[in-house]
Amino acid sequence: MHELSICQNLLEQVEQIAARNHARCATRIVLSIGPLSGVVDPLLRQAFDLLRPGSVAEHADLDIQACPVVVLCTDCDKESEVPINQLVCPHCQRWQTTLVSGDELLLLHIEFLTQDQPENVNHLENAHV
Amino acid sequence: MCKTCGCDSNDHQHKHLPQSAAALKRVDVHTHILQPEEVVADGHRQVFAKDKVLVVNLMSSPGAGKTQLLENTIQALKDELTIAVIEGDLDTENDAQRIRRHGIQAEQITTGTACHLDAAMIASVLPRFSLDNIDILFIENVGNLICPACFDLGQDANVVLLSVPEGDDKPEKYPVMFRAADLMLITKTDYLPIATEFSISRAEHSFRRIGGSAPVLELAAPLDRGMSEWIDWLLFAYANKFSTLSVASSSGHTDTSHATP
Repeated sequence: MHELSICQNLLEQVEQIAARNHARCATRIVLSIGPLSGVVDPLLRQAFDLLRPGSVAEHADLDIQACPVVVLCTDCDKESEVPINQLVCPHCQRWQTTLVSGDELLLLHIEFLTQDQPENVNHLENAHV
Repeated sequence: MCKTCGCDSNDHQHKHLPQSAAALKRVDVHTHILQPEEVVADGHRQVFAKDKVLVVNLMSSPGAGKTQLLENTIQALKDELTIAVIEGDLDTENDAQRIRRHGIQAEQITTGTACHLDAAMIASVLPRFSLDNIDILFIENVGNLICPACFDLGQDANVVLLSVPEGDDKPEKYPVMFRAADLMLITKTDYLPIATEFSISRAEHSFRRIGGSAPVLELAAPLDRGMSEWIDWLLFAYANKFSTLSVASSSGHTDTSHATP
């Protein structure tokens, strides 16, 4: 399950960004993950649950935004949302398309508490992934 | 009530609340989740460019013929170019030992339970090579059609093997892997007479419908069939990266992909 390695990279970044911002507690981590990234949402959440205890992300909500698979046809110049394993232009059936979105694996933003006060923020009591 | 900080705790050893309110701060990032890995991979890429090494990452399911392909490639090129290999497997040194029997340096990474190679693992074995004496470094990745495609190793090109016994619909079943290919090699074509359900044109169509734009070559390594086109593609990729190298093509085959990082 490579989601463990991916989550390790994610937490490494979160720790570095927390340190740069003098924050000790992340409350929300927002990701953008496309179907063609090779990463599966439920497995990433499982990996996150395994790895976050004791980290700066221990109490953070993990918000994963899905992206559609969209291609641009190099022939008719139309953009279309397509299935993950059929990146063919639905208008002219050409397979010579460019992927516009769908393979994202991005850390978009992080919300931090600038002081380590998890007991002061009510929603952290219910934080889960 | 605690007289020190005003909280309701009766435990006099509790951590006192600060007097100021907590502040929420949003930090916009917009980086690749694997950015720490990518930094390492980019470091490898710079070293490979400086030492003039073409790095080719071979990926496929287990048993598709990666090691056999390497053995045949070594036989074809060892008098012209210096080749070295990094082998990735969960366990054993079997594949590295096969390569070493050809007089080629092969370093084995045994990943234990990791289903892929990553840039940090490559970093652990790179010091064992004299890279400035190597022309082509092959990385034979862990046999797996899912995970290896996600990890940048600093390679110049991904070559993905699809063997005839696996079936001709694998590209559309594993689009992430096959989309990463700079070359798709259909291997074990010597099985075609008995694997009658496999169609070369369907395999290529399956590759194209997932947006695979790379060339497709066919190979039967034990029979040496298709090897000249594969060697031509390699030499073109090598020449393309190091444009000062002049290489004669053996077959005149020109439909080759640029090696892309």
